[in-house]
Amino acid sequence: MRGEGARLPRLESAGLDGWMVRLFERIDEQNLAWITALSRGCEAAFGEALVDLVPSYTTLLVLFDPLRLAPEEARGRLQALLAGLAPDERAEAGELHELPTWYDPSVGPDLPRVARHAGMSVEEVVACHAGRDYRVFALGFAPGFAFMGLLDERLEVPRLDTPRKRVPVNSVAIAGRQTAAYPAVTPGGWNLLGRTAVRLFDRDREGFSLLRVGDRVRFVPVDRATFESLGGDIAPMEAP
Amino acid sequence: MNQYTVIGFRVERAGPLALLQDAGRFGVRRLGVTQGGPADLHGWAWANRLAGNPWGTAALEVTFGGLALVAERDLTLAVAGADLGATLDGEPLPLWERVTCKEGQRLVFAAPANGLRAYLAVAGGFVAEPVLGSVACVVREGLGGFDGRGSRLAEGDRLTVGEPAPGAPSPAAAPAEARLDYRAPARLALLPGAQIGDFTGQSLFQAFNSAWRVDDRADRMGVRLTGPRLQCRIASLVSEGIGLGAVQVPPDGQPIALLNDRQTIGGYPRLGALTPLAASRLAQCLPGQEVRLVAGSSEQALAALRRFHGQLAQG
Repeated sequence: MRGEGARLPRLESAGLDGWMVRLFERIDEQNLAWITALSRGCEAAFGEALVDLVPSYTTLLVLFDPLRLAPEEARGRLQALLAGLAPDERAEAGELHELPTWYDPSVGPDLPRVARHAGMSVEEVVACHAGRDYRVFALGFAPGFAFMGLLDERLEVPRLDTPRKRVPVNSVAIAGRQTAAYPAVTPGGWNLLGRTAVRLFDRDREGFSLLRVGDRVRFVPVDRATFESLGGDIAPMEAP
Repeated sequence: MNQYTVIGFRVERAGPLALLQDAGRFGVRRLGVTQGGPADLHGWAWANRLAGNPWGTAALEVTFGGLALVAERDLTLAVAGADLGATLDGEPLPLWERVTCKEGQRLVFAAPANGLRAYLAVAGGFVAEPVLGSVACVVREGLGGFDGRGSRLAEGDRLTVGEPAPGAPSPAAAPAEARLDYRAPARLALLPGAQIGDFTGQSLFQAFNSAWRVDDRADRMGVRLTGPRLQCRIASLVSEGIGLGAVQVPPDGQPIALLNDRQTIGGYPRLGALTPLAASRLAQCLPGQEVRLVAGSSEQALAALRRFHGQLAQG
């Protein structure tokens, strides 16, 4: 496959009921179209024996029912799929979601510190974070929590030394070269920049999660009045 | 719920953790949603089998005990898995057997005597509205359970049950070999994974030749094992999917075996993965109990899983 070492893709044992397909060494947007194509291929090739798929940055974990499909048979099907794999062009484009976001220290208490770290003004940090589209590389940590990237290098800030016990729902955050928005109240160690008005995980929505692996996300800065009119929660962060 | 349901039990005292569990939530890992389902597949499957229910029927997973239920009608039920000192109107309740319970009787789970998690199945199954295809209760995610919002049982809850399915007669009691003694030494079969070669030779020797102690940091997400400090040449990976039973080793060198409510992706190197039945066995271990890791093959693990299902089918 494109530009990768001879040892990839590689099938690794992930227990009695799983194969880890390692496709790439590094995180790259280009990976998504291949991982999506392999996911679709697995759905067709495994049928009822497929239990679940876990796409991530460089890998696809394929979980199957070993009583319906013995592990060695599953491996054979995956090898056949890999031999004929072509990138999924629909995934190459990705569905675009716009997330209206209020960037303000009252809901994004780490804005000033990130600005100091980056040697920018708060306004420049906002413009920089909202200035590019991000791809969803993986979902995990919590239902609907999308790991997105890649962030502008200038905004690369480490995680907090001590994670917050309660990050408010819809908080928009950065860590390393990634960004995310919290779909639920959870503990969290990412740096909070603001809050979006869009529900990310909603049981009234078909499929529950707004974001899927391969989607594109654009954060759109809005002022407080617009944020409120969109149903955004303006309650300030509690002191840690 | 469009099927026939009635109130089966009223919860008089909820105890620390009683959860509704069907086989689990599948096909949703890509949404970041975890699997859920019974931490001990063996006990859960036998309780359902003895109650005459098909595979996948929802049963109650009772952890530690402390649960008191009052039957709101005559019911056929079975309790399998841990011995939590269950009684019916004060009389010891036989485990691994089908039991009849009359309206008004009190079913009480006291405290762990052997194992950690008991499974209560009732003929017809417990019934709730599925969320993302399953009623499996995952508290952390707020999904499943009787209210659909991931709530553990609470005092005053009324538990709905379905109509017993007519079908092939099920056994009235489990065979002796299915009735596990969870106090016996636990030898957990582990299938080595891709990073096994990244651990130092000494660490690999220690991993498979040491007694590991189940830490009190153990829950449905994972069970931490304490013992020698394992050293891996890689500290972390790009985050990737995690299967049931995966044994990850964070930089502190103390392995964590990941169970049903694990997060869907993670980046610690892994020794490998416990087999499904080994993960179930670990889920019955109390903090402080000793376990050993035994390197196994996928052929052996598949044969063991087939034996389990074969025994269950014949029962």
